[in-house]
Amino acid sequence: MTVVDTEATISYDDVLASFDPVMGLEVHVELGTNTKMFCGCATEFGAEPNTQVCPVCLGLPGALPVVNETAVESAIRIGLALNCEIAEWCRFARKNYFYPDMPKNFQTSQYDEPIAFNGFLDVELDDGTTYRVEIERAHMEEDTGKSLHVGGSTGRIHGATHSLVDYNRAGIPLIEIVTKPMLGAGERAPEVARAYVATLRDLLKALDVSDVKMEQGSMRCDVNLSLMPKGSTTLGTRTETKNVNSLRSVERAVRYEMCRHGAVLQAGGSILQETRHWHEDTGATTSGRPKSDADDYRYFPEPDLVPVAPSRETVESLRATLPEPPAQRRKRLQSDWGFSDLEMRDVLNAGLVDLIGETVDAGATPAGARKWWSGEIARRANAEGATDVASYAAERSITPAHVVELEGLVKAGRLNDSMARQAWEGVLDGEGTPTAVADARGLELVQDDGALEAAVDKVIEANADVAQKVRDGKVQAAGALIGQVMKEMKGQADAGKAREIILAKLTS
Amino acid sequence: MASTLPTCHKGQRTVGPRQGLPRIPPRLARMAELSRDDVAHLAGLARIDLSDAELDKMVGELGVILESVATVQQSPIEGVEPMSHPMPLVNVTRPDVVRPSLGAEAALAGAPEADQQRFSVPRILDED
Repeated sequence: MTVVDTEATISYDDVLASFDPVMGLEVHVELGTNTKMFCGCATEFGAEPNTQVCPVCLGLPGALPVVNETAVESAIRIGLALNCEIAEWCRFARKNYFYPDMPKNFQTSQYDEPIAFNGFLDVELDDGTTYRVEIERAHMEEDTGKSLHVGGSTGRIHGATHSLVDYNRAGIPLIEIVTKPMLGAGERAPEVARAYVATLRDLLKALDVSDVKMEQGSMRCDVNLSLMPKGSTTLGTRTETKNVNSLRSVERAVRYEMCRHGAVLQAGGSILQETRHWHEDTGATTSGRPKSDADDYRYFPEPDLVPVAPSRETVESLRATLPEPPAQRRKRLQSDWGFSDLEMRDVLNAGLVDLIGETVDAGATPAGARKWWSGEIARRANAEGATDVASYAAERSITPAHVVELEGLVKAGRLNDSMARQAWEGVLDGEGTPTAVADARGLELVQDDGALEAAVDKVIEANADVAQKVRDGKVQAAGALIGQVMKEMKGQADAGKAREIILAKLTS
Repeated sequence: MASTLPTCHKGQRTVGPRQGLPRIPPRLARMAELSRDDVAHLAGLARIDLSDAELDKMVGELGVILESVATVQQSPIEGVEPMSHPMPLVNVTRPDVVRPSLGAEAALAGAPEADQQRFSVPRILDED
């Protein structure tokens, strides 16, 4: 018998030459409720250890759970937004396992009766094509406690002597969203996986049910992957790569496991069904534990909770609260604002859509809103390590009204573009409103046409050759003269007006 | 855990309890013939370290208990809906309003060991 190296990989092209990938993505999202799923403990992120715990979430004897109404509503809204059917009657189940992250020795979850099932999410890829991801189910459960492994060097389990557990997170409402097997993505599988998670994140954000911060773990992704020999319709053995916690990692993890599965199968080996750990630093996965059978969890209906049976009226009233789907909203705004595809993509990537929307609503032009929110302020936010421009601006009390005011100053002829930039820098430096900055810095276009005409005359005289070209009909040569005039006016002139005067003198 | 969960069938969950599923979970049905391997497996899941002698003893004792409990399976249950709760209630919820927690000191009072305001537990090797 040949020994197959289960950790080798082959090239991506080699995988695609012989196999088709099949993916299944499981996304856990922590709901942004005030309290936990089954008790009134707070859910604040970053609180002191074990300060948000009570007899229910610590699993103390005799404590009885009661379901959080808002969590159920959020679950239903998520289900509806994913085009799912909503169960008329469903129960919670105990998933039994013995591990210190759950002090009850079981996790309260849902088993064969999820609140939402049979849906889909259309995912738009970079080139504009759409891939439909079928949703198997979305069910309610609770998060587990957080373990800190001590005695080792890195906080990981290996080398640790014991673990320290904080149960603040235990019991926070989670929704687990599970796709059906995603077939037919071929070479685009990694891209599709990433686009799905990104689309889902945008959707959950629009629903306002979670802060969906992958870096803080409020949205986590497990990647199931298997390969089928080309032409086959039988699913291969899958691996489940846990806790892939950024969009980029989702893409990389799919690609890596494809290359690893490909190597094992091509060498005549077989894939071991197991969980794998994703390592951000090396971009590789390593073997975890063999996958438990569902039987081993000994699921049974949770006897301490009664069934959830949302009436159809409740479901319909929740459906009425759904926001415009993010993809549709993006298209509408792009068309309203007259942005090119590239401009819209930049705005989306920079997370500026809401800010621009508010600024336009406040009276600015879309182009102006885009310009002011994506220039200097973006550079500063990035340089200072802010998560995005919106939060950077909010922290410094820089508002859409400032942009509107700045545009107004330009429109009224008080500032030219370069002065407006200086005024905006002053606003960003905390010197006050655009008007206050312009006053303090003495920014004001010279309104005296006499001074401007004198400057034009002087420049024409000094640049007779250029002036002659303009007279001969080479209008674009006027640009050089405008530059000279602006210099003469120390930048405090309206370049448009200077152009008018130059052309009037030379071409009429 | 996608593929360890059963596929959802629309028809099973329209109104009322599920129809058409086996009334007795497979493991329960064959529990009367509990093997030594079964007991060792369950002990492993429960993280209980049993010696060979204890295993032998438990196979016998659990077997007797299961045989007694198995009498339940002779109940005439045709046409009786499976029950998971004695009260015919649904939708018992609470508003999403924060209530006071225990406080770390009280929470940790019953912990055999605590360190850095956390519960200290032995490391568990086979999982992360």
